[in-house]
Amino acid sequence: MRAAEDRLLLGCLRLAGAAAGSIVLLIVAYLLAEALPALQALGPLRWIRDASWHPAGGAGAGRFNLSPMLIGTAAAATGAVLLATPLSIASALFCRFYAPRRLGGGYRRLVQLLAGLPSVVFGFWGLVVLTPLIGRWQPPGQSLLAGILILTLMILPTISLLAESALAAVPRAYGQAAAAMGLTRWATIRQVMLPAAITGLSSAILLGAARAIGETMAVLMVTGNVVRTPASLLDPVRTLTANIALELGYALELHRSALFVSGLLLMGMVALLVGISEALRPEERHG
Amino acid sequence: MDRRPWPDGLAAALAWGVAMGITAVFGLVLADLLRHGLPEISLGFLLEAPREAGRAGGIGPVIVSTLLILAVCLLTSLPIALATAVLLAEFSHGRSGFARLIRASLDGLAGVPSIVFGLFGNALFSLALGLGFSILSGGLTLACMVLPILIRSAEQALREVPSDYRRAAAALGISQAASLRQVLLPCAAPGLAIGVVLGIGRALAETAALLFTSGYVDRLPGSLLDSGRALSVHIYDLAMNVPGGEARAYATAVVLVVLLLVANALTLGIAELWRLDGGTSR
Repeated sequence: MRAAEDRLLLGCLRLAGAAAGSIVLLIVAYLLAEALPALQALGPLRWIRDASWHPAGGAGAGRFNLSPMLIGTAAAATGAVLLATPLSIASALFCRFYAPRRLGGGYRRLVQLLAGLPSVVFGFWGLVVLTPLIGRWQPPGQSLLAGILILTLMILPTISLLAESALAAVPRAYGQAAAAMGLTRWATIRQVMLPAAITGLSSAILLGAARAIGETMAVLMVTGNVVRTPASLLDPVRTLTANIALELGYALELHRSALFVSGLLLMGMVALLVGISEALRPEERHG
Repeated sequence: MDRRPWPDGLAAALAWGVAMGITAVFGLVLADLLRHGLPEISLGFLLEAPREAGRAGGIGPVIVSTLLILAVCLLTSLPIALATAVLLAEFSHGRSGFARLIRASLDGLAGVPSIVFGLFGNALFSLALGLGFSILSGGLTLACMVLPILIRSAEQALREVPSDYRRAAAALGISQAASLRQVLLPCAAPGLAIGVVLGIGRALAETAALLFTSGYVDRLPGSLLDSGRALSVHIYDLAMNVPGGEARAYATAVVLVVLLLVANALTLGIAELWRLDGGTSR
């Protein structure tokens, strides 16, 4: 009787596990199914060769060039990663090596809090405070630059927290050996700690990049959303994510399908970054 | 070599400067929200229905919709998450292939961008299953999204229960099911609670996944099949689509951030209690 009860339990657990595990497959399947009509009707090249993005006219009259959005996403994410990486690493170093213990703990809590703030709140703050500020200098203010700055603010806590745990994973003995050899704190960090943690740090940065590419609301609210390849930091841009958020509400048929193609593209880019990041991460402590 | 003191001083100054800068920006954002948002908030604002597209009135129905979406999300995700966590923590000896597959898939799920959840939820729940733009669609979409967080933290909580307890239960001859019910889950309860609060935080903060699943309707929902507007969506709509909606958007943002801060304080509180408790019982 006992065995029967346990067998039943295990069966239920396996069922739930299978359900949880299959959701990501379900997502890919639905994206593919919805993207297929556009992929079939338009082929692989029209996404970058068409004259513009005017997707409402069907396969004949419609124009499906996604490259302004691809460039927008790439530019915003690259800018944010370039800006956030040194800041996050400095922030992680502060937490780990420079702050007194209690202050470091409080600071970490603050960064965790920052990581949990909704993107729509960042976006709103960017819209009402940051873009007018940029606009006063160079109108209109809703620009690639605003997007980069807000994204930086959003991925900074993520990278910082992960970088800190990468630094924490460096064996204590390394630091002690460096101290025994009389290295100063900065020399220890530069010559021992950072090199020892480099895979973990890279993993953190890649995850930050993935977050930047996938971020929707904050970017949507500050970048102006004009479909045009930006010529400067102060031009408005539209990212892939913002494009979906703006158009899914009224998109029909091939247009809708094209938005799922861009979703698939996003998912592919993010999965690639997350995959590399997971592979780099120092040995997991599962089991 | 680096014996000269100046790079050390410079590095320390930079680290302190960056940390202070981040703290300052964070403080600036919060202060700005509070300064503009707090004066708008009153009991009436929390209870009344929005008028003039949200420029006037309150956010009563929006709060109700948010809570309903959250309830749907938790009621569907919690059982699955708990069962999966038990499977991974208690029944997967070593590194079985099935467990590894589930873990890899959950890691993948955790990385999916929220707008892609929106596409997926719209395609599956709203259209294929015919739920339309509804609280049910939104809640189910969020359930998929918070699953990895819930499972990860529940698994962690179960793993922190000392193995002696399992051996003691086994020595008493009670079944694994009973030991789970009577020993392991109660012991892991605080950790499980932390996971739930983390999940709530993530769900409350979400916007993009809800735009095309639970929709924009700001009336009080009559059933779970009605569209309902979440707090985050309300902020977005007021800020972007309603000229003059800024003041109420500020106020709504304050409500949302306060809810998240409460959730955050709750996790810290539970963690603290748990640590004290663990210190005495171990």
